[in-house]
Amino acid sequence: MRVLLLAMLLVSVLPARANEIIGALSQNRVALTANFSGSEILLFGAIRRDPLEAYFEDPTENRPFDVVVVIEGPRQTVAVWRKERRAGIWMNTDSVTLTSVPSFYAVATTAPLGDIITPETDREFRISAPQAIDGTQAHETDPQRQVFSEALQRIREQADQYQSLDRFVFLDREILFRANVRLPANLTEGAYTTRMYLVRDGGVVSQFRTAIFVRKDGLERWIYQLAYDHPFLYGLLALAIALIAGWGASALFRFVRSG
Amino acid sequence: MLIYLPIAEISVNALVLLGIGGGVGMLSGMFGVGGGFLITPLLFFIGIPPAVAVATGANQVVASSISGVLAHLRRKTVDLRMGTVLLVGGLIGSTGGIWLFRWLSALGQVDLFVQLAYVLFLGVIGILMLQESLRAWYRSTKPNVPRRKLHKHTWVHSLPLKMKFRVSGLYISVIPPVLVGMAVGVLSAVMGVGGGFIMVPAMIYMLGMPTKVVVGTSLYQIIFVTGYTTVAHAMTSYSVDVLLAFFLIIGGVIGAQIGTQIGVRLKAEQLRILLALLVIAVCIKVALDLLVQPSELYSIRIVGR
Repeated sequence: MRVLLLAMLLVSVLPARANEIIGALSQNRVALTANFSGSEILLFGAIRRDPLEAYFEDPTENRPFDVVVVIEGPRQTVAVWRKERRAGIWMNTDSVTLTSVPSFYAVATTAPLGDIITPETDREFRISAPQAIDGTQAHETDPQRQVFSEALQRIREQADQYQSLDRFVFLDREILFRANVRLPANLTEGAYTTRMYLVRDGGVVSQFRTAIFVRKDGLERWIYQLAYDHPFLYGLLALAIALIAGWGASALFRFVRSG
Repeated sequence: MLIYLPIAEISVNALVLLGIGGGVGMLSGMFGVGGGFLITPLLFFIGIPPAVAVATGANQVVASSISGVLAHLRRKTVDLRMGTVLLVGGLIGSTGGIWLFRWLSALGQVDLFVQLAYVLFLGVIGILMLQESLRAWYRSTKPNVPRRKLHKHTWVHSLPLKMKFRVSGLYISVIPPVLVGMAVGVLSAVMGVGGGFIMVPAMIYMLGMPTKVVVGTSLYQIIFVTGYTTVAHAMTSYSVDVLLAFFLIIGGVIGAQIGTQIGVRLKAEQLRILLALLVIAVCIKVALDLLVQPSELYSIRIVGR
Protein backbone atom coordinates (compact mmCIF):
# COMPACT_ATOMS: atom_id res chain seq x y z
CA MET A 1 0.00 0.00 0.00
CA ARG A 2 2.77 2.41 0.96
CA VAL A 3 4.73 1.53 -2.16
CA LEU A 4 1.74 2.29 -4.34
CA LEU A 5 1.21 5.66 -2.68
CA LEU A 6 4.85 6.49 -3.18
CA ALA A 7 4.67 5.59 -6.84
CA MET A 8 1.56 7.74 -7.33
CA LEU A 9 3.28 10.64 -5.61
CA LEU A 10 6.28 10.22 -7.89
CA VAL A 11 4.10 10.27 -11.01
CA SER A 12 2.31 13.44 -9.93
CA VAL A 13 5.49 15.28 -8.95
CA LEU A 14 7.58 14.45 -12.03
CA PRO A 15 6.57 16.22 -15.22
CA ALA A 16 4.50 13.86 -17.31
CA ARG A 17 6.70 13.51 -20.33
CA ALA A 18 7.41 10.73 -22.78
CA ASN A 19 10.73 10.15 -24.52
CA GLU A 20 11.56 13.26 -26.50
CA ILE A 21 14.07 14.38 -29.12
CA ILE A 22 15.50 17.89 -29.19
CA GLY A 23 17.70 19.03 -32.03
CA ALA A 24 19.76 21.93 -33.31
CA LEU A 25 21.86 22.92 -36.31
CA SER A 26 25.35 24.33 -36.54
CA GLN A 27 23.92 26.94 -38.88
CA ASN A 28 20.45 27.66 -40.19
CA ARG A 29 21.49 29.95 -43.00
CA VAL A 30 23.46 29.07 -46.09
CA ALA A 31 24.47 31.86 -48.45
CA LEU A 32 25.00 30.99 -52.09
CA THR A 33 27.74 33.38 -53.12
CA ALA A 34 29.95 33.41 -56.21
CA ASN A 35 32.52 31.10 -54.66
CA PHE A 36 30.05 28.72 -53.00
CA SER A 37 31.33 25.19 -53.33
CA GLY A 38 29.07 23.34 -50.94
CA SER A 39 28.62 23.50 -47.21
CA GLU A 40 28.85 21.11 -44.30
CA ILE A 41 26.04 21.23 -41.76
CA LEU A 42 26.29 19.69 -38.32
CA LEU A 43 22.98 18.45 -36.95
CA PHE A 44 23.02 17.55 -33.29
CA GLY A 45 20.75 17.11 -30.34
CA ALA A 46 19.73 15.10 -27.33
CA ILE A 47 17.20 12.51 -26.32
CA ARG A 48 15.27 13.28 -23.16
CA ARG A 49 14.33 9.94 -21.61
CA ASP A 50 10.99 9.47 -19.93
CA PRO A 51 12.17 9.41 -16.30
CA LEU A 52 9.59 6.89 -15.15
CA GLU A 53 10.32 4.56 -17.99
CA ALA A 54 14.04 4.91 -17.42
CA TYR A 55 13.50 4.10 -13.77
CA PHE A 56 11.30 1.07 -14.30
CA GLU A 57 13.05 -0.25 -17.41
CA ASP A 58 14.13 -3.81 -17.25
CA PRO A 59 17.87 -3.68 -17.99
CA THR A 60 17.81 -7.16 -19.54
CA GLU A 61 15.26 -6.07 -22.11
CA ASN A 62 17.02 -4.48 -25.10
CA ARG A 63 14.95 -1.76 -26.71
CA PRO A 64 17.50 0.60 -28.29
CA PHE A 65 16.73 4.08 -29.55
CA ASP A 66 17.61 5.11 -33.08
CA VAL A 67 17.72 8.53 -34.68
CA VAL A 68 16.75 9.45 -38.24
CA VAL A 69 17.59 12.88 -39.62
CA VAL A 70 16.00 14.14 -42.85
CA ILE A 71 16.90 17.31 -44.74
CA GLU A 72 14.49 18.18 -47.53
CA GLY A 73 15.00 20.95 -50.08
CA PRO A 74 12.24 23.06 -51.64
CA ARG A 75 9.84 21.05 -53.78
CA GLN A 76 9.64 21.55 -57.55
CA THR A 77 7.73 20.15 -60.48
CA VAL A 78 10.07 18.19 -62.74
CA ALA A 79 9.73 16.49 -66.08
CA VAL A 80 11.70 13.27 -66.45
CA TRP A 81 12.53 12.43 -70.06
CA ARG A 82 13.59 9.11 -71.53
CA LYS A 83 15.73 8.79 -74.63
CA GLU A 84 15.11 6.23 -77.31
CA ARG A 85 16.82 5.49 -80.57
CA ARG A 86 14.87 6.91 -83.51
CA ALA A 87 16.42 6.82 -86.97
CA GLY A 88 19.82 6.12 -85.42
CA ILE A 89 19.67 9.14 -83.13
CA TRP A 90 19.14 9.07 -79.39
CA MET A 91 16.35 11.48 -78.68
CA ASN A 92 13.84 12.25 -75.92
CA THR A 93 10.65 10.35 -76.59
CA ASP A 94 8.66 9.82 -73.39
CA SER A 95 8.26 11.99 -70.37
CA VAL A 96 6.52 11.89 -67.05
CA THR A 97 5.87 15.01 -65.00
CA LEU A 98 6.28 14.58 -61.28
CA THR A 99 4.79 17.37 -59.22
CA SER A 100 6.29 18.38 -55.90
CA VAL A 101 9.61 16.57 -55.89
CA PRO A 102 12.26 17.61 -53.34
CA SER A 103 15.19 19.42 -54.96
CA PHE A 104 17.43 18.00 -52.25
CA TYR A 105 16.91 15.05 -49.94
CA ALA A 106 19.24 13.56 -47.38
CA VAL A 107 18.39 10.83 -44.90
CA ALA A 108 20.96 10.13 -42.20
CA THR A 109 20.40 7.30 -39.73
CA THR A 110 22.08 5.46 -36.88
CA ALA A 111 21.50 2.10 -38.61
CA PRO A 112 20.21 1.00 -42.05
CA LEU A 113 16.79 2.60 -42.46
CA GLY A 114 15.01 -0.68 -43.28
CA ASP A 115 16.20 -2.21 -39.99
CA ILE A 116 14.92 0.53 -37.72
CA ILE A 117 11.55 1.57 -39.12
CA THR A 118 8.69 -0.46 -40.51
CA PRO A 119 7.38 0.20 -44.05
CA GLU A 120 4.19 1.57 -42.48
CA THR A 121 6.13 4.14 -40.49
CA ASP A 122 8.10 5.04 -43.59
CA ARG A 123 4.87 5.62 -45.49
CA GLU A 124 3.23 7.58 -42.71
CA PHE A 125 6.13 9.95 -42.09
CA ARG A 126 7.48 9.89 -45.68
CA ILE A 127 10.99 9.26 -44.56
CA SER A 128 12.83 7.44 -47.37
CA ALA A 129 13.43 9.19 -50.70
CA PRO A 130 10.95 7.04 -52.71
CA GLN A 131 8.25 7.92 -50.18
CA ALA A 132 9.17 11.61 -50.36
CA ILE A 133 8.85 11.56 -54.17
CA ASP A 134 5.94 9.17 -54.63
CA GLY A 135 4.00 9.76 -51.47
CA THR A 136 2.69 12.95 -53.02
CA GLN A 137 1.75 11.35 -56.33
CA ALA A 138 -1.67 10.26 -55.08
CA HIS A 139 -0.39 6.70 -54.46
CA GLU A 140 -0.50 5.77 -58.08
CA THR A 141 0.72 2.31 -58.85
CA ASP A 142 1.46 2.98 -62.50
CA PRO A 143 4.58 0.86 -63.21
CA GLN A 144 5.68 3.31 -65.92
CA ARG A 145 5.67 6.16 -63.39
CA GLN A 146 7.65 4.00 -61.02
CA VAL A 147 10.46 3.59 -63.58
CA PHE A 148 10.68 7.34 -64.16
CA SER A 149 10.63 8.12 -60.47
CA GLU A 150 13.45 5.61 -59.91
CA ALA A 151 15.43 7.26 -62.72
CA LEU A 152 14.96 10.64 -61.04
CA GLN A 153 16.29 9.22 -57.79
CA ARG A 154 19.27 7.61 -59.50
CA ILE A 155 20.27 10.82 -61.31
CA ARG A 156 19.89 12.95 -58.21
CA GLU A 157 21.87 10.46 -56.13
CA GLN A 158 24.71 10.70 -58.61
CA ALA A 159 24.63 14.47 -58.33
CA ASP A 160 24.70 14.19 -54.50
CA GLN A 161 21.31 15.89 -54.42
CA TYR A 162 19.78 12.80 -52.85
CA GLN A 163 21.84 11.18 -50.16
CA SER A 164 21.22 8.06 -48.19
CA LEU A 165 23.55 8.24 -45.20
CA ASP A 166 23.23 4.98 -43.25
CA ARG A 167 25.11 5.03 -39.93
CA PHE A 168 25.98 8.71 -40.35
CA VAL A 169 24.20 9.65 -37.14
CA PHE A 170 26.36 8.96 -34.09
CA LEU A 171 24.43 8.21 -30.94
CA ASP A 172 26.35 8.64 -27.73
CA ARG A 173 25.12 6.71 -24.65
CA GLU A 174 21.56 6.90 -25.99
CA ILE A 175 21.48 10.60 -25.12
CA LEU A 176 23.49 12.73 -27.49
CA PHE A 177 23.48 12.43 -31.24
CA ARG A 178 25.18 14.24 -34.08
CA ALA A 179 25.43 13.98 -37.86
CA ASN A 180 27.37 15.79 -40.56
CA VAL A 181 25.58 16.35 -43.86
CA ARG A 182 27.32 17.86 -46.84
CA LEU A 183 25.20 20.18 -48.95
CA PRO A 184 26.46 20.16 -52.55
CA ALA A 185 27.28 23.25 -54.62
CA ASN A 186 24.21 22.97 -56.86
CA LEU A 187 21.58 24.00 -54.32
CA THR A 188 18.19 25.51 -55.02
CA GLU A 189 17.13 28.56 -53.04
CA GLY A 190 14.53 28.16 -50.35
CA ALA A 191 13.72 26.64 -46.97
CA TYR A 192 15.24 23.22 -46.30
CA THR A 193 13.03 21.54 -43.72
CA THR A 194 14.99 19.45 -41.28
CA ARG A 195 13.22 16.65 -39.42
CA MET A 196 14.71 14.58 -36.64
CA TYR A 197 12.94 11.42 -35.57
CA LEU A 198 13.44 9.39 -32.44
CA VAL A 199 12.75 5.81 -33.42
CA ARG A 200 12.09 2.71 -31.37
CA ASP A 201 10.57 -0.69 -32.19
CA GLY A 202 10.07 0.34 -35.82
CA GLY A 203 7.94 3.36 -34.98
CA VAL A 204 8.44 7.06 -34.41
CA VAL A 205 8.47 8.02 -30.71
CA SER A 206 9.09 11.73 -31.07
CA GLN A 207 10.02 14.23 -33.74
CA PHE A 208 11.65 17.62 -33.96
CA ARG A 209 11.45 20.05 -36.90
CA THR A 210 13.53 23.02 -37.87
CA ALA A 211 14.73 24.56 -41.12
CA ILE A 212 17.82 25.73 -42.94
CA PHE A 213 17.39 28.79 -45.15
CA VAL A 214 19.39 28.70 -48.34
CA ARG A 215 19.54 31.89 -50.32
CA LYS A 216 21.66 33.49 -52.94
CA ASP A 217 23.65 36.33 -51.52
CA GLY A 218 25.68 39.34 -52.59
CA LEU A 219 26.27 39.75 -56.30
CA GLU A 220 24.59 36.42 -57.07
CA ARG A 221 21.39 37.52 -55.41
CA TRP A 222 21.43 40.87 -57.15
CA ILE A 223 21.98 39.29 -60.59
CA TYR A 224 19.33 36.64 -60.05
CA GLN A 225 16.68 39.08 -58.84
CA LEU A 226 17.37 41.55 -61.62
CA ALA A 227 17.17 38.76 -64.21
CA TYR A 228 13.77 37.60 -63.01
CA ASP A 229 12.20 40.85 -61.77
CA HIS A 230 13.44 43.27 -64.41
CA PRO A 231 14.36 41.11 -67.39
CA PHE A 232 14.51 44.01 -69.84
CA LEU A 233 16.92 46.02 -67.68
CA TYR A 234 18.92 42.88 -67.11
CA GLY A 235 19.17 42.24 -70.86
CA LEU A 236 20.37 45.80 -71.39
CA LEU A 237 22.90 45.35 -68.59
CA ALA A 238 24.22 42.18 -70.24
CA LEU A 239 24.50 44.11 -73.50
CA ALA A 240 26.26 47.04 -71.84
CA ILE A 241 28.79 44.75 -70.13
CA ALA A 242 29.51 43.03 -73.44
CA LEU A 243 29.95 46.33 -75.31
CA ILE A 244 32.12 47.97 -72.65
CA ALA A 245 34.26 44.88 -72.03
CA GLY A 246 34.70 44.15 -75.74
CA TRP A 247 35.48 47.72 -76.74
CA GLY A 248 37.43 48.60 -73.59
CA ALA A 249 39.74 45.62 -73.81
CA SER A 250 40.65 46.20 -77.43
CA ALA A 251 41.15 49.93 -76.78
CA LEU A 252 43.41 49.04 -73.87
CA PHE A 253 45.47 46.67 -76.00
CA ARG A 254 45.79 49.29 -78.73
CA PHE A 255 46.96 51.79 -76.15
CA VAL A 256 49.47 49.35 -74.67
CA ARG A 257 50.87 48.47 -78.06
CA SER A 258 51.17 52.03 -79.32
CA GLY A 259 52.53 53.43 -76.07
CA MET B 1 38.68 28.41 -58.60
CA LEU B 2 35.02 27.42 -58.54
CA ILE B 3 32.39 30.06 -59.15
CA TYR B 4 28.66 29.68 -58.81
CA LEU B 5 26.78 30.90 -61.90
CA PRO B 6 23.53 32.52 -60.72
CA ILE B 7 21.41 31.78 -63.80
CA ALA B 8 22.89 28.47 -64.95
CA GLU B 9 22.74 27.46 -61.25
CA ILE B 10 25.86 25.33 -61.31
CA SER B 11 29.40 25.77 -60.08
CA VAL B 12 32.08 25.87 -62.74
CA ASN B 13 35.80 26.42 -62.62
CA ALA B 14 36.47 30.03 -63.66
CA LEU B 15 39.75 28.99 -65.28
CA VAL B 16 37.86 26.60 -67.58
CA LEU B 17 35.61 29.47 -68.68
CA LEU B 18 38.57 31.78 -69.22
CA GLY B 19 40.26 28.97 -71.14
CA ILE B 20 37.27 28.42 -73.43
CA GLY B 21 36.90 32.16 -74.00
CA GLY B 22 40.63 32.56 -74.53
CA GLY B 23 41.02 29.57 -76.84
CA VAL B 24 38.11 30.54 -79.04
CA GLY B 25 39.19 34.21 -78.88
CA MET B 26 42.63 33.19 -80.11
CA LEU B 27 41.14 31.34 -83.05
CA SER B 28 38.92 34.29 -83.90
CA GLY B 29 41.93 36.60 -83.76
CA MET B 30 43.92 34.28 -85.99
CA PHE B 31 41.25 33.65 -88.58
CA GLY B 32 38.88 36.57 -88.26
CA VAL B 33 35.94 34.30 -87.40
CA GLY B 34 33.44 35.17 -84.68
CA GLY B 35 33.82 31.93 -82.78
CA GLY B 36 30.25 31.72 -81.50
CA PHE B 37 29.85 28.41 -83.31
CA LEU B 38 32.64 26.96 -81.13
CA ILE B 39 31.75 28.60 -77.79
CA THR B 40 28.20 27.25 -77.56
CA PRO B 41 29.06 23.54 -78.12
CA LEU B 42 32.02 23.86 -75.73
CA LEU B 43 29.61 25.17 -73.09
CA PHE B 44 27.41 22.10 -73.70
CA PHE B 45 30.43 19.88 -73.10
CA ILE B 46 31.09 21.39 -69.64
CA GLY B 47 27.46 20.95 -68.60
CA ILE B 48 25.92 24.41 -69.03
CA PRO B 49 22.19 23.97 -69.83
CA PRO B 50 21.66 24.47 -73.61
CA ALA B 51 19.23 27.37 -73.14
CA VAL B 52 21.79 29.27 -71.05
CA ALA B 53 24.65 28.33 -73.41
CA VAL B 54 22.77 29.65 -76.45
CA ALA B 55 21.57 32.91 -74.88
CA THR B 56 24.92 33.65 -73.24
CA GLY B 57 26.70 32.72 -76.49
CA ALA B 58 24.73 35.44 -78.28
CA ASN B 59 25.77 37.91 -75.59
CA GLN B 60 29.41 36.93 -76.00
CA VAL B 61 29.24 37.53 -79.77
CA VAL B 62 28.26 41.16 -79.06
CA ALA B 63 31.49 41.63 -77.11
CA SER B 64 33.69 39.95 -79.70
CA SER B 65 32.20 41.98 -82.58
CA ILE B 66 32.15 45.52 -81.17
CA SER B 67 35.78 46.47 -81.77
CA GLY B 68 35.60 45.06 -85.31
CA VAL B 69 32.46 47.06 -86.08
CA LEU B 70 34.04 50.30 -84.83
CA ALA B 71 37.19 49.69 -86.86
CA HIS B 72 35.18 49.04 -90.04
CA LEU B 73 32.99 52.10 -89.45
CA ARG B 74 36.11 54.23 -89.11
CA ARG B 75 37.52 52.83 -92.33
CA LYS B 76 34.11 53.30 -94.00
CA THR B 77 34.00 49.70 -95.15
CA VAL B 78 30.39 49.21 -94.06
CA ASP B 79 27.49 49.35 -96.49
CA LEU B 80 25.03 50.86 -94.01
CA ARG B 81 22.10 50.58 -96.39
CA MET B 82 22.71 46.91 -97.13
CA GLY B 83 23.48 46.34 -93.45
CA THR B 84 20.12 47.83 -92.47
CA VAL B 85 18.21 45.70 -94.99
CA LEU B 86 20.00 42.61 -93.64
CA LEU B 87 19.23 43.81 -90.12
CA VAL B 88 15.49 44.05 -90.80
CA GLY B 89 15.57 40.43 -91.95
CA GLY B 90 17.75 39.55 -88.96
CA LEU B 91 15.33 40.97 -86.40
CA ILE B 92 12.40 39.12 -87.98
CA GLY B 93 14.42 35.91 -88.09
CA SER B 94 15.62 36.28 -84.51
CA THR B 95 12.06 36.82 -83.25
CA GLY B 96 10.97 33.69 -85.11
CA GLY B 97 13.98 31.81 -83.72
CA ILE B 98 13.15 32.80 -80.14
CA TRP B 99 9.61 31.58 -80.66
CA LEU B 100 10.89 28.31 -82.17
CA PHE B 101 13.28 27.90 -79.25
CA ARG B 102 10.51 28.29 -76.68
CA TRP B 103 8.24 25.90 -78.55
CA LEU B 104 10.97 23.26 -78.75
CA SER B 105 11.78 23.74 -75.04
CA ALA B 106 8.16 23.02 -74.20
CA LEU B 107 8.34 19.87 -76.32
CA GLY B 108 11.58 18.81 -74.59
CA GLN B 109 13.41 18.68 -77.90
CA VAL B 110 15.50 21.83 -77.77
CA ASP B 111 18.77 20.02 -76.99
CA LEU B 112 18.30 17.64 -79.86
CA PHE B 113 17.41 20.42 -82.26
CA VAL B 114 20.37 22.61 -81.26
CA GLN B 115 22.73 19.63 -81.46
CA LEU B 116 21.42 18.59 -84.89
CA ALA B 117 21.74 22.17 -86.11
CA TYR B 118 25.34 22.20 -84.90
CA VAL B 119 26.17 18.88 -86.56
CA LEU B 120 24.71 20.10 -89.84
CA PHE B 121 26.31 23.55 -89.87
CA LEU B 122 29.68 22.59 -88.43
CA GLY B 123 29.86 19.65 -90.82
CA VAL B 124 29.05 21.69 -93.91
CA ILE B 125 31.25 24.62 -92.93
CA GLY B 126 34.14 22.40 -91.89
CA ILE B 127 34.11 20.54 -95.18
CA LEU B 128 33.74 23.73 -97.25
CA MET B 129 36.56 25.38 -95.33
CA LEU B 130 38.79 22.36 -95.70
CA GLN B 131 38.10 22.23 -99.44
CA GLU B 132 38.67 25.99 -99.78
CA SER B 133 41.89 26.00 -97.80
CA LEU B 134 43.28 22.93 -99.54
CA ARG B 135 42.57 24.60 -102.87
CA ALA B 136 44.20 27.84 -101.71
CA TRP B 137 47.22 25.94 -100.48
CA TYR B 138 47.42 24.11 -103.82
CA ARG B 139 47.19 27.46 -105.65
CA SER B 140 49.89 28.99 -103.52
CA THR B 141 52.25 26.16 -104.46
CA LYS B 142 51.33 26.40 -108.18
CA PRO B 143 50.88 30.07 -109.00
CA ASN B 144 49.83 29.52 -112.65
CA VAL B 145 46.37 28.06 -112.03
CA PRO B 146 43.71 30.53 -113.29
CA ARG B 147 41.44 32.24 -110.75
CA ARG B 148 37.78 31.53 -110.49
CA LYS B 149 35.33 34.18 -111.66
CA LEU B 150 33.68 35.78 -108.64
CA HIS B 151 30.73 37.68 -109.99
CA LYS B 152 28.05 36.05 -112.13
CA HIS B 153 24.62 37.12 -113.21
CA THR B 154 22.14 34.87 -111.44
CA TRP B 155 18.42 34.60 -110.61
CA VAL B 156 19.01 37.05 -107.76
CA HIS B 157 19.22 39.88 -110.23
CA SER B 158 15.80 39.31 -111.78
CA LEU B 159 13.65 39.75 -108.64
CA PRO B 160 11.37 42.73 -107.99
CA LEU B 161 11.68 45.47 -105.27
CA LYS B 162 15.05 46.65 -106.47
CA MET B 163 17.13 49.06 -104.44
CA LYS B 164 20.38 50.89 -105.03
CA PHE B 165 23.29 50.03 -102.72
CA ARG B 166 25.88 52.64 -103.59
CA VAL B 167 28.70 51.49 -101.31
CA SER B 168 28.48 47.97 -102.69
CA GLY B 169 27.89 49.22 -106.22
CA LEU B 170 24.78 47.04 -106.55
CA TYR B 171 21.27 47.51 -107.86
CA ILE B 172 19.37 44.41 -106.69
CA SER B 173 16.11 43.32 -105.14
CA VAL B 174 15.85 43.59 -101.33
CA ILE B 175 14.29 40.11 -101.11
CA PRO B 176 17.51 38.06 -101.12
CA PRO B 177 19.30 40.20 -98.47
CA VAL B 178 16.20 40.15 -96.24
CA LEU B 179 16.06 36.36 -96.59
CA VAL B 180 19.77 36.04 -95.81
CA GLY B 181 19.29 38.29 -92.78
CA MET B 182 16.34 36.21 -91.61
CA ALA B 183 18.26 32.95 -91.88
CA VAL B 184 21.11 34.44 -89.87
CA GLY B 185 18.65 35.84 -87.30
CA VAL B 186 17.12 32.40 -86.72
CA LEU B 187 20.58 30.89 -86.28
CA SER B 188 21.51 33.60 -83.80
CA ALA B 189 18.46 32.90 -81.64
CA VAL B 190 18.60 29.10 -81.83
CA MET B 191 22.35 28.46 -81.88
CA GLY B 192 23.78 31.51 -80.10
CA VAL B 193 26.07 32.43 -83.00
CA GLY B 194 26.65 35.60 -85.00
CA GLY B 195 26.12 33.81 -88.28
CA GLY B 196 28.99 35.42 -90.16
CA PHE B 197 29.99 32.01 -91.50
CA ILE B 198 26.70 31.87 -93.41
CA MET B 199 26.34 35.56 -94.19
CA VAL B 200 29.80 36.24 -95.62
CA PRO B 201 29.67 33.55 -98.33
CA ALA B 202 26.03 34.46 -99.08
CA MET B 203 26.97 38.13 -99.53
CA ILE B 204 29.86 37.32 -101.82
CA TYR B 205 28.42 34.54 -103.93
CA MET B 206 24.67 35.22 -103.81
CA LEU B 207 24.40 38.99 -103.60
CA GLY B 208 27.66 39.67 -105.42
CA MET B 209 28.93 42.24 -102.91
CA PRO B 210 32.55 43.37 -103.15
CA THR B 211 34.73 41.56 -100.60
CA LYS B 212 36.01 44.89 -99.24
CA VAL B 213 32.69 45.75 -97.53
CA VAL B 214 31.50 42.22 -96.74
CA VAL B 215 33.12 41.76 -93.33
CA GLY B 216 32.25 45.22 -92.03
CA THR B 217 28.64 44.99 -93.19
CA SER B 218 28.13 41.52 -91.76
CA LEU B 219 29.62 42.61 -88.40
CA TYR B 220 27.32 45.63 -88.40
CA GLN B 221 24.29 43.38 -88.85
CA ILE B 222 25.58 40.77 -86.39
CA ILE B 223 26.07 43.16 -83.49
CA PHE B 224 22.52 44.46 -83.68
CA VAL B 225 20.93 41.04 -84.18
CA THR B 226 22.89 39.35 -81.39
CA GLY B 227 22.21 42.34 -79.13
CA TYR B 228 18.51 42.02 -79.85
CA THR B 229 18.67 38.24 -79.34
CA THR B 230 20.40 38.68 -75.96
CA VAL B 231 17.68 41.01 -74.67
CA ALA B 232 14.92 38.83 -76.14
CA HIS B 233 16.30 35.67 -74.50
CA ALA B 234 16.71 37.55 -71.22
CA MET B 235 13.06 38.58 -71.38
CA THR B 236 11.46 35.34 -72.58
CA SER B 237 13.51 32.54 -71.02
CA TYR B 238 15.64 34.34 -68.36
CA SER B 239 18.61 32.40 -69.64
CA VAL B 240 21.39 34.99 -70.07
CA ASP B 241 24.05 34.50 -67.41
CA VAL B 242 26.08 37.71 -67.13
CA LEU B 243 28.69 36.13 -64.87
CA LEU B 244 29.27 33.33 -67.39
CA ALA B 245 29.37 35.87 -70.23
CA PHE B 246 31.80 38.04 -68.28
CA PHE B 247 34.40 35.28 -67.91
CA LEU B 248 34.02 34.22 -71.55
CA ILE B 249 34.41 37.83 -72.71
CA ILE B 250 37.50 38.48 -70.58
CA GLY B 251 39.10 35.27 -71.87
CA GLY B 252 37.95 36.11 -75.38
CA VAL B 253 39.40 39.61 -75.68
CA ILE B 254 42.76 38.52 -74.30
CA GLY B 255 42.79 35.46 -76.57
CA ALA B 256 41.87 37.54 -79.61
CA GLN B 257 44.82 39.88 -79.08
CA ILE B 258 47.23 36.94 -78.80
CA GLY B 259 45.60 35.27 -81.80
CA THR B 260 46.04 38.36 -83.98
CA GLN B 261 49.76 38.45 -83.15
CA ILE B 262 50.15 34.75 -83.99
CA GLY B 263 48.04 35.05 -87.14
CA VAL B 264 50.35 37.75 -88.56
CA ARG B 265 53.38 35.52 -88.24
CA LEU B 266 52.04 32.19 -89.47
CA LYS B 267 51.09 30.91 -92.87
CA ALA B 268 47.39 31.53 -93.38
CA GLU B 269 46.56 28.63 -95.72
CA GLN B 270 47.95 25.94 -93.46
CA LEU B 271 46.27 27.50 -90.42
CA ARG B 272 42.96 27.48 -92.23
CA ILE B 273 43.31 23.74 -92.79
CA LEU B 274 43.82 23.34 -89.04
CA LEU B 275 40.75 25.45 -88.24
CA ALA B 276 38.69 23.40 -90.70
CA LEU B 277 39.87 20.19 -89.04
CA LEU B 278 38.99 21.61 -85.62
CA VAL B 279 35.49 22.53 -86.77
CA ILE B 280 35.04 19.02 -88.17
CA ALA B 281 36.31 17.53 -84.88
CA VAL B 282 33.75 19.50 -82.83
CA CYS B 283 31.07 18.42 -85.31
CA ILE B 284 32.05 14.75 -84.88
CA LYS B 285 32.02 15.08 -81.08
CA VAL B 286 28.50 16.59 -81.10
CA ALA B 287 27.36 13.93 -83.60
CA LEU B 288 28.79 11.09 -81.48
CA ASP B 289 26.82 12.35 -78.49
CA LEU B 290 23.69 11.82 -80.55
CA LEU B 291 24.66 8.48 -82.10
CA VAL B 292 26.29 6.59 -79.22
CA GLN B 293 23.96 5.21 -76.61
CA PRO B 294 24.17 7.51 -73.59
CA SER B 295 25.05 5.91 -70.25
CA GLU B 296 21.98 7.53 -68.69
CA LEU B 297 18.84 7.40 -70.83
CA TYR B 298 16.83 9.60 -68.49
CA SER B 299 17.20 13.31 -67.92
CA ILE B 300 15.50 15.76 -65.60
CA ARG B 301 14.11 19.13 -66.49
CA ILE B 302 12.71 21.47 -63.89
CA VAL B 303 9.37 22.71 -65.14
CA GLY B 304 8.81 26.44 -65.23
CA ARG B 305 12.39 27.44 -65.70
